[in-house]
Amino acid sequence: MIQETRIVLKNAGKIDPENIEDYLKAGGYEGLRKALSMPPAEVIDELLEAGLRGRGGAGFSTGMKQRFTSEGCLRCPQRYVVVNADEGEPGTFKDRVIMEQDPHLYLEGTIIAAWAIQATKGYIYIRGEYTDSIKKTKKAIEDAYDRGYLGKHIMGTEFSFDVEIRLGAGSYLCGEELTMLESLEGKRGTPRIKPPFPAEKGLFDMPTLVNNVETLANAPLILSRGKAWYQSIGTERSHGTKIFTISGQVNKPGCYELPMGTTLEQLIELAGGMRDGRPFKAALLGGAAGTFVDGSMLKERMTYDNLKEKGATLGSGAVIVLAEEDSVEQILHNCLRFFRHESCGKCVPCRTGTTMLVKRSEQLLKGDADSKTLVRQMLQESELMAATSLCPLGQSPILPMKSAARYFLEH
Amino acid sequence: MSTKEIIRQFDPVKDNLLNILHALQNSHPQNYLTEEALEETARYLKLTKAAVFGVAGYYSMFSLRPRGRFIVRVCISPVCEVMKIHALLPVIEEELGVSTGETTKNGLFTLETAECLGQCQEAPSMMINDKVYNNLSGERIREIFSEIRSQNS
Repeated sequence: MIQETRIVLKNAGKIDPENIEDYLKAGGYEGLRKALSMPPAEVIDELLEAGLRGRGGAGFSTGMKQRFTSEGCLRCPQRYVVVNADEGEPGTFKDRVIMEQDPHLYLEGTIIAAWAIQATKGYIYIRGEYTDSIKKTKKAIEDAYDRGYLGKHIMGTEFSFDVEIRLGAGSYLCGEELTMLESLEGKRGTPRIKPPFPAEKGLFDMPTLVNNVETLANAPLILSRGKAWYQSIGTERSHGTKIFTISGQVNKPGCYELPMGTTLEQLIELAGGMRDGRPFKAALLGGAAGTFVDGSMLKERMTYDNLKEKGATLGSGAVIVLAEEDSVEQILHNCLRFFRHESCGKCVPCRTGTTMLVKRSEQLLKGDADSKTLVRQMLQESELMAATSLCPLGQSPILPMKSAARYFLEH
Repeated sequence: MSTKEIIRQFDPVKDNLLNILHALQNSHPQNYLTEEALEETARYLKLTKAAVFGVAGYYSMFSLRPRGRFIVRVCISPVCEVMKIHALLPVIEEELGVSTGETTKNGLFTLETAECLGQCQEAPSMMINDKVYNNLSGERIREIFSEIRSQNS
């Protein structure tokens, strides 16, 4: 059976997350020391060449994003790092585990990112429901200030960086980077038109880097152990590990860190197999804004590119497993209801579209209309929404919708 | 602490708005944002009242109406659905004697639903104020509420 490759979670459960000494003994802040000994552009090159890609779901090259931000608006007086800790994708809890069990790791990654793009100010945007993550991060920040890893003259250098926590308040959409910036500015969480991208014009119109917690948690490891080591993990095109959060009908749901390219079958086996030996029916990969797959995908390698080629998604790494007894229609309905609740209402196609999808999905569940016609209408509506909505929320219902139709619904 | 004292703990910058609203709401025994609190916040941050009310009304963790001392947030995400939360929500409603969205007569509990709480390894789940409760079952639900009641009677 496959074993976990714990690099990001190497300290999780082993050290006291509220004791910086524990983190230091485990080699903590060595990545930052290394980064500060290098010119910022070289730090970016290191992450770029290591092949680190955004772990929030989009899978964009982290090094590229940092380079764009470091080169964006050179006459602007300020540059920001924003940590996306607004984990809200259903079925996803990897960032919570990092924040609760090893908060210094991602804080160190944040300071490295700040050095790389020469930002002097950062914000960590944590969802309001994550009370323990907030508490642990607060303590980590205090201790990092006490030890000179934050504030003025970090580790005796000329570099200064301050970071503060900002709380979300129950809006899924704020996990989208441009919406997060609106929310950080003290506004309602509605998306911005892009371009301009945050790298050019982000928080308070300044160049801003928005990186996910898991992404940043990889940075200290890459810096301290080198890009060659990092490249040796995973597949040729997807390097490193991914933290999968597997839930639903398995015996040991939880958080598993595996090399990129692990198969769904291996992950389910690691999670103790199907709950009480129930037959596998489907998995929802990547949460509500993800895709349903059936048994034919069990042996596919889970990487950003391979899943995309097969019409599926890796997304945040959420894997929700359904057994034969579960209804795909019911779970699809739940996802659509979720989108209706979270739509901000700015784009009309999303506002009315999410409502219409829920209505039709209710009809589908009741079986009081021709299901083929309903599914066809729902596909058309979600495609229209995807084409005409500003942000990923309106562009998402097509993902579970189309994949559910492909494998499970009559149409 | 008075409303003013709570607000003044924060720097008067716009990006503190959500943090201020959280602090104000948490300090109120009825877990909500009063009109007076929102007006004071608007003055402090030099925002219009409309902007502050707009934000308070947008985010689902904030309430503009009085609620119970304990906010019960039941996760109704796809994972909790697979783990049969729909069968447990009526148990919670019966236990509290209210429907979702309502507050108990004694002002102790308000029952709400929430999107994924990120506790999927031990679903189904709910939060009561800051505390997370996992692996819910009918029996466990009754125990949890009777314990809170006994500590707060």
